[in-house]
Amino acid sequence: MYRSQVLVCGGTGCTSSGSPAIIERLHEEIKKNGLEDEVQVVRTGCFGLCALGPIMIVYPEGCFYSAVKEEDIPEIVSEHLLKGRIVEHLLYKETVTENGIKPLNDTNFYKKQHRVALRNCGVINPENIDEYIAVDGYQALGKVLNEMTPEQVIQTILDSGLRGRGGAGFPTGKKWQLARTIVQDGGQKYVCCNADEGDPGAFMDRSVLEGDPHVVIEAMAIAGYAIGATQGYIYVRAEYPIAVQRLRIAINQAREYGLLGKNIFGKGFDFDLDIRLGAGAFVCGEETALMTSIEGKRGEPRCRPPFPAEKGLFQRPTVLNNVETYANVPQIILKGADWFSSMGTEKSKGTKVFALGGKINNTGLVEIPMGTTLREIVYEIGGGIPSGKKFKAAQTGGPSGGCIPTEHLDIKIDYDNLIAIGSMMGSGGLIVMDEDNCMVDIAKFFLEFTVDESCGKCTPCRIGTKRLYEMLHKITSGNGTLEDLDKMEKLCYYIKNNSLCGLGQTAPNPVLSTLRYFKDEYMAHVVDKKCPAGVCTHLLQYKIIEDKCKGCTACARVCPAGAISGSVKEPHSIDPAKCIKCGACMSKCKFGAIIKE
Amino acid sequence: MKTLADLQAIKENLQSQMDLRNESHADTKIAVGMATCGIAAGARPVVTAFSDSVQEHKLHGVSVTLMGCIGLCSQEPIAEITTPKDGKVIYVKMTPEKAKRVVEEHIIGGNVVKEYTIDNNK
Repeated sequence: MYRSQVLVCGGTGCTSSGSPAIIERLHEEIKKNGLEDEVQVVRTGCFGLCALGPIMIVYPEGCFYSAVKEEDIPEIVSEHLLKGRIVEHLLYKETVTENGIKPLNDTNFYKKQHRVALRNCGVINPENIDEYIAVDGYQALGKVLNEMTPEQVIQTILDSGLRGRGGAGFPTGKKWQLARTIVQDGGQKYVCCNADEGDPGAFMDRSVLEGDPHVVIEAMAIAGYAIGATQGYIYVRAEYPIAVQRLRIAINQAREYGLLGKNIFGKGFDFDLDIRLGAGAFVCGEETALMTSIEGKRGEPRCRPPFPAEKGLFQRPTVLNNVETYANVPQIILKGADWFSSMGTEKSKGTKVFALGGKINNTGLVEIPMGTTLREIVYEIGGGIPSGKKFKAAQTGGPSGGCIPTEHLDIKIDYDNLIAIGSMMGSGGLIVMDEDNCMVDIAKFFLEFTVDESCGKCTPCRIGTKRLYEMLHKITSGNGTLEDLDKMEKLCYYIKNNSLCGLGQTAPNPVLSTLRYFKDEYMAHVVDKKCPAGVCTHLLQYKIIEDKCKGCTACARVCPAGAISGSVKEPHSIDPAKCIKCGACMSKCKFGAIIKE
Repeated sequence: MKTLADLQAIKENLQSQMDLRNESHADTKIAVGMATCGIAAGARPVVTAFSDSVQEHKLHGVSVTLMGCIGLCSQEPIAEITTPKDGKVIYVKMTPEKAKRVVEEHIIGGNVVKEYTIDNNK
């Protein structure tokens, strides 16, 4: 028996900060100390605290080592694993207390979280089906096939109040019910999984697939049973190599165990799964475009109705759900609809996973009950904003969403509240912005993204977003007029109302919501020709304050454009005509003599 | 795999391994002194004997950990057993054979093996 286990995060975050080398070194050192039979190394999925990666946790003590370096490994193995002396100086600071080690779940980052969709991420080895089974995996599928009718399954999902986690929030049970009942000709139906997570800064679905791929497989089989489908497709982006690899392993293992394939659990139910890789088009996250892409055609959206539940993949009834939605399903089946609906707010039940990014201390993945406030997420779980800067806004929903300003910090996060303040839940990207972010620039950033990603099929989106981007560019270049602001708003509504698919219908949201909450910043750009946050370079000027300049020449030496002149020990000056506004001089100056305005 | 029982069998097989990762699972703790003095006195085989024995009897909620020197180097190898019933009991001069007996009589049977405890070996 292994008396100790070392869990090392193998998610994309920790993998890129070096966890593979750490795992290799661990194996070496454990062997060197003759501990192979006593200590097991397990590569898991994401723990969530990506900012502190690579992350490693040692059981049974539950010691949380963060930002581990390869050279720390010999010490951890010989001290902790061999001699039982915890290497305190390498522990995550917050877990070290006078009375010993604080359990991870009591730390600020974890204590307000409630993990349902992420419950196995960072706990099991995603490449080992036995470990998934050991934490009640495939029990829900067994229960459904042995004890429940398809109608009962659908009713349970309906009663739970689960809504689509991809962002729009359509009731999942309703979707299943429609796919079961609209067409009943005995023909093929399909179950699809949307893992084409395209929002910049969002990585919830990736983490579920990397940390707990079997949960998606199990849930899709349950959905298959519920609607009467025998074939499923997981549409996942090719940019997620680790997720794709683990999914492949998981599907093969499930087939070997007879949990996919013919006559599952001997109950006469057949279901199999295939993976389809997306080629990185944002529009393929839109349901009709995704299905067109699975069919082998160019990923372009089509008109709805008919909705996928009636005519979806290959013109057959199809259920398409997001990864996180599926991740909730087995738990709902096992623990019941009441358990699930006891979490959350009146109309949004359960939990939601957010990928926390931007100007925040604890970058990472958090799962919170619906109804948690943004303030709790940012200041308690997220650990606040680095360098004591002031919170300005949080952006949710990526290019389709909007921002939540300071005055709404205490809003309870759920689908309807976010819509009411002009943002949306989205798939769960949550980007925090501080006083150094220019909101006009942020809107421009997202528009640039949608201009790139618009598929071009319909005119309002193809041309409208481009024009919108040009207007924003004009404003950030200092050439905007007040008339432009009005025109822009009109164009936004035009695009929203006339675009074919969700991409175009939501593309203007970043502009509309920044216009709503940060009109003053737009006005500063248009009227005063200033960028208050100091981001838009066209509206900036770097200046040297004569009184403070000691003439050390450091700035002149670092300037790549040769724009700074002056003799030694004399105040220098910047030639605005030559200055490229790179800011190199400002960060070099030790005397704070250079300012931008 | 054809039945729920097959699923259950796989689950039980891995249970003790998965239990390890649950910080609150263990109400019974075995800690063996593995500082230099402990290792020199032969604590390694004692640790192995404890964990093998726990595995052999398929015990749930029992963790085997290591600890540092508690200052009684002459009495090493030392094992500290914490159970809900008897609280903390310190065994001294342990051997693999003694470890097996402690698991069987103290942890499973609920009777402290008095002849090995620190109080009876002063």
